Amino acid sequence: MQELIVKARQLLESGEVSRVLGWKKGEFEYDPEPAFFETAESLDGFVYNGFCGANLSKYMIEAGKKEGKTLVFLKPCDSYSYNQLLREHRVDREKAYIIGVGCKGKLSGNKLPFEGILKVTGADYPDAQQTLTVQTLYGTETVAYQDAMLERCHVCKGKEHVVYDELLGESCDTVDADRFAEVERIEAMSPAEKFAFFQEELSKCIRCNACRNVCPACSCRKCVFDSTAFDSAQKANTTPFEEKMFHIIRAFHVAGRCTDCGECSRVCPQGIPLHLFNRKFIKDINALYGEYQAGSDLESKAPLTSFTTDDAEPGVGRG
Amino acid sequence: MYRIKLENVNALLGAIAAQNDLFTPVKAGGKTNFTLWTEDTEVDLQTLKTVKSPKDVFFPQSETLYTCAKQDGKTTISVQDRCNTPFVVFGMKACDVRAIDVLDRVFLTEPVDSYYAARRTMGTVVSLACSRPDTSCFCGAFGIDCAAPQGDVATWMAEGYLYWLPQTEKGEALTAQVAALLEACQEAPVEEVKAKIREICDRLPLKDLELSQWGAQAADANFDSPLWEALYQPCLACGTCTFVCPTCQCYDIKDYNTGDGVQRYRCWDSCMYSDFTMMAHGNNRTSQMQRFRQRFMHKLAYFPANNDGMFSCVGCGRCVEKCPSHLNIVKVIKAFGKEEA
Repeated sequence: MQELIVKARQLLESGEVSRVLGWKKGEFEYDPEPAFFETAESLDGFVYNGFCGANLSKYMIEAGKKEGKTLVFLKPCDSYSYNQLLREHRVDREKAYIIGVGCKGKLSGNKLPFEGILKVTGADYPDAQQTLTVQTLYGTETVAYQDAMLERCHVCKGKEHVVYDELLGESCDTVDADRFAEVERIEAMSPAEKFAFFQEELSKCIRCNACRNVCPACSCRKCVFDSTAFDSAQKANTTPFEEKMFHIIRAFHVAGRCTDCGECSRVCPQGIPLHLFNRKFIKDINALYGEYQAGSDLESKAPLTSFTTDDAEPGVGRG
Repeated sequence: MYRIKLENVNALLGAIAAQNDLFTPVKAGGKTNFTLWTEDTEVDLQTLKTVKSPKDVFFPQSETLYTCAKQDGKTTISVQDRCNTPFVVFGMKACDVRAIDVLDRVFLTEPVDSYYAARRTMGTVVSLACSRPDTSCFCGAFGIDCAAPQGDVATWMAEGYLYWLPQTEKGEALTAQVAALLEACQEAPVEEVKAKIREICDRLPLKDLELSQWGAQAADANFDSPLWEALYQPCLACGTCTFVCPTCQCYDIKDYNTGDGVQRYRCWDSCMYSDFTMMAHGNNRTSQMQRFRQRFMHKLAYFPANNDGMFSCVGCGRCVEKCPSHLNIVKVIKAFGKEEA
């Protein structure tokens, strides 16, 4: 962490960047918040540990509108989101100084299976251990680092950053699950089972829009669900149909552009596995148009925005 | 004081449900929320905080106000019936019970909200003391004692029993309905539980939250503070904090096109949303900083200014746990504390 602060301070003091976008110490150790640092002194509050899961790439849309360059720290998976935003002309590469920061898997406070958490040790970099020690109001507990990791880290896209100005810190292999296993499990369900599964999950939705607002692929200036001109109410699910409609429309809208960064599932207050919708689309796109990873580069043609005579026709080759 | 063995709580719930609609915390899809109880329901009394507060039992996230339908060239308007079935909310925590006092201030003052008032009349609150308060809890800062919750009936879990204390007329009436299942008992075990809970509360990291910079006087004092500009930055402008909050009470009224008519409904609104309080001339808050400031100023300055100093935060800590960016009212309260220090 110290090397990140040293670097940020250098770049701020030299005037090369006007601000730093990183993470700031929270109230507890497991709740750092995304933050802009404008001065070298304010970097005292900077933190980079296992709980810095928040993907900062979407904040670069706003940062790009400010004077001067913004130094941003991107983890390997965050860099795919940034690249995708770049492709969509939502961010200004000239106004970003990107430090690709190492990642050893990110944790979620919500995944720690304990009540009354006071202190967590073992989440700091670079000395990330295999075990987290959690001091709670009701005693001290331990949990394997792996077991408190975000779902996306179990199916990590890899240690490579796809866009950066320089790299700092090392990354670890964290993959211990098949990315499409859960999608396949649901595909294998009977229609009634599928319906029951999604009914249970989506009926928890409170329409807070956290999934949409955190999503780097959801960068429309005005969302259709925010429009007062339609019946697409954004604030409540008027009918059981609407609670599905919102998520399915959103999944369709980000299809082919979603990098599978997993932020939607990380932020959902009701723990809905929203990434499964996106991953189903990714799996189908891979099967119908060839392997494709959104955000991996700036040049390749995106599967849903380019036409070839070999394209699968609707209803053909689908399960 | 009465008690019933914990293993018989389901029978108790069944007896309550025989004469009332009953809402209890239920785990579904891995998360616990208040849900209508049926015989197949497995009640979850262990989870400290439901994701959504139980406020929507009294103030639903979405409710129809009236419907218009067109048939044979004639338009009929049917006004939604007010709640006329007695119901019981079982297992509300002290903070959420206090939150109802906050909502009462809003909806039961003139002009009285008849939809809400009907539910308050028909509803009986059975509260449950918090056996294991969490790090994010700070109800004590608002003078709430989670060891001795308000409510028509207060209950405690201890030593294999659920202890039951009617505290109001409604509570006495409900007790009479289920009297056959309850046995009278001493209060000593409950006093022990209370002492244990208070001992935990003394160790809560947020228990000494300093509120002296807030209250009615803060409306002018804190409005123009430069702190807001820094505080709001990570805010995603989602509505998580407002929708899990037990006291947020703002709503919108919308029309839903049913195909042959209109269903007019109201639903929770969030001051975090860009079209909040949108009027014909546009929006009176044009930046996210202004929207962010509104939420906290409402809870900590404007509400107390209009309600004899009563804060409209109850310290349940749901926003502390749920904000995707880890922003919350605690950070705001503390930021202003630092400025003055």
